[in-house]
Formats: sequence, structure tokens, C-alpha cells
Amino acid sequence: MQEDKKAKKTNKKRNRAFMRLAILSLLVLAIGYTIYNSVTADNVEVLRVGDKAPDFTLEDMDGNRHKLSDYQGEGVFLNFWGTWCEPCVKEMPAMDRQYKEYEEQGVHILAVNIAQSDFEVQSFADRFDLSFPIAIDKSRSVMTAYNIRPLPTTVLVNPEGDIQRIITGEMTEQDIKGFMEEIKPQ
Amino acid sequence: MEKMQCKCGHVNPPGTILCESCGRSLTEEEQNKKLADMRYEGTARRSQTYNKSIIDKIWNFFSSVKVGVSIIVLLLIAAAIGTILPQAQYVNVPVRNDETIKAYYADVYGEIGKIYHFLGFHDLYSSAWFIILVGMLAISLIVASLDRFVPLYRSLKNQRVLRHRSFMDKQRIYAEGPAPEDAMLKAEEKLKELKYKVTLDKNGLLAEKGRFSRWGPYVNHIGLIIFLFGVMLRMMPGFYVDETLWIREGETRAIPDAPGYFLESKNFTMETYTGEGDEAKFEEAIDRVGSVAKNYQTDIVLYQTPDESLPGATDDMEQVKEHAIKVNQPLKFDGYAVYQMDFRQNELKAMTFDLTNKETEESLGSFTIDLVNPEKSYDLGDDTRVDLLGYYPDFSGFENGEPQTETPVPNNPGFLVRMFTPETPDGEVSFIVIQNTIEPLGENDYKLTFQTAETRDVSGLTIRKDRTLPILGLGGLIFMIGVAQGMYFNHRRFWIQKQEDGELVLAGHTNKNWFGLKKDLDQVSGFAALPPYVDQQEEIEKQEKLKKEQKLEGDELS
Repeated sequence: MQEDKKAKKTNKKRNRAFMRLAILSLLVLAIGYTIYNSVTADNVEVLRVGDKAPDFTLEDMDGNRHKLSDYQGEGVFLNFWGTWCEPCVKEMPAMDRQYKEYEEQGVHILAVNIAQSDFEVQSFADRFDLSFPIAIDKSRSVMTAYNIRPLPTTVLVNPEGDIQRIITGEMTEQDIKGFMEEIKPQ
Repeated sequence: MEKMQCKCGHVNPPGTILCESCGRSLTEEEQNKKLADMRYEGTARRSQTYNKSIIDKIWNFFSSVKVGVSIIVLLLIAAAIGTILPQAQYVNVPVRNDETIKAYYADVYGEIGKIYHFLGFHDLYSSAWFIILVGMLAISLIVASLDRFVPLYRSLKNQRVLRHRSFMDKQRIYAEGPAPEDAMLKAEEKLKELKYKVTLDKNGLLAEKGRFSRWGPYVNHIGLIIFLFGVMLRMMPGFYVDETLWIREGETRAIPDAPGYFLESKNFTMETYTGEGDEAKFEEAIDRVGSVAKNYQTDIVLYQTPDESLPGATDDMEQVKEHAIKVNQPLKFDGYAVYQMDFRQNELKAMTFDLTNKETEESLGSFTIDLVNPEKSYDLGDDTRVDLLGYYPDFSGFENGEPQTETPVPNNPGFLVRMFTPETPDGEVSFIVIQNTIEPLGENDYKLTFQTAETRDVSGLTIRKDRTLPILGLGGLIFMIGVAQGMYFNHRRFWIQKQEDGELVLAGHTNKNWFGLKKDLDQVSGFAALPPYVDQQEEIEKQEKLKKEQKLEGDELS
């Protein structure tokens, strides 16, 4: 009788400890998840490294259509820029040099201009004699889909079509070369 | 801690103040009190009783009301400090990223701004420590409620009709004395008439009404928890959208965070009151402040691309509807609402120039540069044309001889042109900004003279979507139900016992509104001729007051 009671008591105690642990850990998990969301939401609301890169289609200055999913199996170096943005201007010539080297190895550059006029973009391309395709996102729908805030922002898409890396701010030629290597198909 | 056995034989959980069965005081402290402590029916708060493992210790920490109140105070202080400097979302920086915002606080507010930013006050609601504090408040609400609700519920569910005399005479409302033979019966009848639930046991009677009012605080807390859950969901992608969209007249733009939807601005209008006719009543105000706004309106067309369409493809857009967005009359679609929030008027859209001979001031013709879509060359006929070499919408100076633009917005447009005329077939280069012309390659014979400009307006729209509103609403509703339950209803109880000598003992208790309880009792007493009752709390207060006065008098005399 006495032992029975004791067993019941320890049982009850164990249950109580288990309940408390369950409630506390559930709440701590909820808080942790909220913080994780709020921290990551700051920079990129929808896109994170490892996500599937949203597909899009844009026409470049020469009238060729570029659809991201057509480049499956190859790397895509997606650069968002504007003529007014100083670091963009600085990194473009370096990008062009690396483009010439890596285009044959299966890494493509697509420079997406944010809603400027054809004239501005064309005269910019002529000035630096840029050879990679440049497209203008007139309605800013690609910019919105990629949730681009600061310029320049570069999104590296690997041969699997996933986002390999998101770079905000200026890149050196060395950086660009390294990034090209990262998304080069094997 | 040990279990506590009462004189009546009942074994109570450790920490109990009043015996669960008969109501006798179990602690010495309690025995010496004149009135019983009826909070939580004298049961032990569960957490106080066990304090062994780490989990128990954490649990006990959050179970404390003091801790809960401290968290609330901390949150209040933090929120107050968060209003001293502007929040990051309202800070105006040309390029928005973490570095520029950090620099803004340091530049504008100095050392204090640096600390403010470092501690996360600039984006308070998203800073980790603030979220942790709110989370701790949620834990405290749940733990403290569970700890109190469970024993209270059990105790009220199992309460006995017969209580010990010492329990009765420590109640605030108390009566004893002789009463007629049928007093118990009549009291029962009257109490039932007053909608009390009456239970009888041997020589005793328990009348109870409005027990559910005791659950008010816990219902209230459930509402708060649901509310906090809704707020938490806002941080999840897809639940909450609050975006700004600046759109110019004539522009078509993708709506942020609303995939597949596009907005075209047809026209922005701002109207003011004229102060005449029907609007004469505004005359005084117009005289005082200059102008009074009547309407801000953006006429838009909403488009949608088919589901299978990709971002960037805008050829297959279909018109969904036309709408005039006015203040408080948003455009609504698919759970989104687009509000008129702001505007900028008179942004340059096109500029017209004349090509003129400097000497004769004779014009060779005029042309218009569309700033949205400038052309490479403007042909004026007769071997006369103007080639556009460069366009700099927001000219900010030269760098290595190259004109720079600060933004893509035509705030200060600059044009680099080459002018061809029959007289100057090789062309003359000129750089034109508003009210200034530079001739970088030597003196020219011709110049561009500015004639007119076309402007357009920019609408500042806000896109909102909030899927958490129903959850927040439900939380708020439950919260209010809990408040009403606890505030507008009272848990009233009477215990009446017939003693062996024929005298009656009566005690009354309520969680609030003692006036209402007494009114009920007055009716019952009158009908059943019960012995007169006293409010012991009032008696105690009266005596204390008397003592104080006597002491004051004594002080004055000496």
C-alpha cells in the first residue's frame, strides 16, 4: 500500500516535470523562430541562400530574351545595377573582363538595370564597351521578385538553379573571379 | 515541504493556507489573522510547493506575478525609449542599407545615436532582446495562469458545504445569533429566488452564484496569448505586408510583395477648397493657413499577369480594374489594400529647347526631350540636328571630366549634346543644365535655349496586407470577454449553519463588489429573519481610524 503510493507519487512528479519541460520548450522554440524570422527578414524578405532562384524572363538591349530556367546546368551571375550608382559603375569593367573569360566555361552574366531609359543604359554600355547582356527591368517586377533593396546587388545562381550567394555592395575583380568559380558547372 | 494534515483529518498539499475540506487555518500566521486570506481559496500556488530540478526553478521564476509585472515594466520603459529617436523605418537616407542607417544615427545624434543603434532601439520591435522580453511575458502569462488556475479550479469544484467555525468567523461578512425555526428553509427559498445555486449538507447550506467570474483573468490571459501569437505570425513571410510604392504618372510598376500584380498610374490630383460658394465655411481657415486640402487622388489601373507568367514578362498583362485611390478609400484586391499616403508634385517629365544662333538669336527650330525615354538624335531638318551624347537626370558635378548623376530621378537634368547646323557641319559640343551651359570644347556659335517643361506628379502609395487581423481580433475579443467576465460579474457565496444550540452562523464572501453581496444578504435576512451581520473589514478599519485619531490627539496634547 505504502509502496504503491510512493510509486504513484514519483510517477506524478515525472509527469509534472515532463509537462513543464514540454510547455517551456515549446514557448522557447516559438520565440527562437520569431527572432530568426525577424533577423533574416531585414535584408531579404523572401529570398535566402539555398532557395530556388525565382524564374524570370527579360529582353536585353539587343532584343534577345533571357529566361533564367534556360540556363539550368550553367551558372548565372545576376547583377542588379543603375547608372547613378557609383560602385556599380566601378565594378562593371571588371565584370566584363571576367565575363569574357568565363562565358565559355558556362557562367553567364546578366546585368539587370532598374527601370532607367534605353538611352541612358545604351550610352552607358557603349561608354564601357560592355559585352555581356544588359536588360532593363522597366516594371521592376524582377527587382520585386528578388526583393532587391540596395544597389548593386549580385545574386549568384548555381547550375542547380539555387541561390548560391547574395552580395550587396561593390565587388573587386578578385571577388568576381572567385564568385564565377563558385558557380562554374563541374 | 510536507503535506499538511488538518485537525479534521483532511490531508492538504504542502503550502496550503486554509484546509481544503473544512476551512480551518493551517499556518500560525493565518490563525492569528482576524480575516482569512481568501485569494485562490487559500490553496497553494502549485509552483511554490516544488522547487527541485532546474525546470522547476525556471517554472517558479515565471510563475511569480512580481516577475510578470517587472517584464511589463521593462517593456514599457523600452517602448518609451524607442520613441525618443526616430525608428529606422522613418529615417531618410538616400541609399537604404544597414551601414547607411548606422551612419545616420551616428552623424545626426552623435554618441547617443551610436549607443541607440548598437542596442537595437532604432528598430525596436525587431530587435532580438525586445522579442525575447515579449516572449518571456508570454511564458509568464501561461505559467502563472496555469499555476493558479488549476488549484483554484480544483478547490472550487470540490468545495464542501460544511466549514469549520473558525473559517466562518474569519470571513468579512459574518453573523451569529438566534433565528426562527424555519430560517434555513426560508433563506434557501429566497437565495434560490435570487438565482443562487444552493447545496445542502446535514445542518449546513452553501449558496453560490457567478463562479465563472473567477475564470475572468485566465480567459483574459488566453486572449492575450492569442494576440501575441498573431503578432508573432506577422514576422513570418506571407502573413503581413507593409510596403511603400512611389509611382509616377504614366508608369506601370510591379506591386511589391504582390506577385503577378501591376499598377499603372494614370493621374494624380490634389484639390484644395476654393473658399467660395458651398465652401465658404473654409474661407477663414484658408486665410489663416493658405490652402486647405480637399482631396488627394491617384487614378490607377490594376493589371494581373496569368499564373504561368514570369516576372519580367509584361506583354500578357490583363486589366483587372480601374480605380480612384483616395485617402481612406483604398484599392482592394486579393486581400491587399493600396492606400494613398503621400505625393510629390511637378517632377520634370519633358523639356523643350530651341536651337539658337548666339549672335542673331535666331531659332533654327525646337525639340522636346522626353526625360522618361530620351532619343539619340533630334532632327530639325535642313541638315540641322541635335545628338544627345549623354543624359544625367540628377547632375551632381564632374568626376574625371565625366558628368555624374546622383539619382535616377530628374531633379537636375544635365544633357551633353552635339549640335549640327549647315554652318557647323562638324558639330559643336555643349553641356546643358538648368540655367547653365558649359562649352567644354571651345566657344560655340549655337546654343540650346530652354523653352518650356512638362511635369508629372508622383504618388506615394502604401500596400498593406494583414492575414493576422482575424487572429488579433479573436485575441482581442477573448481578452474583452475575460475582462467583462471578471469585472461585471461577481462570485458570491454564503455559508449558513445551524448550531446544536439552535443558533445560526452565517458567513459571506465575494471576490468583488461587497456592496452587491450585502444587498443580496439584506433581502435574504429580511425574508428569513436571520441574525444581523457585520462587515468585519469595516469594523477593523473603523477601529484603526479611531486609534489613529486618538494617537493624533495625544500627540497634540503632548
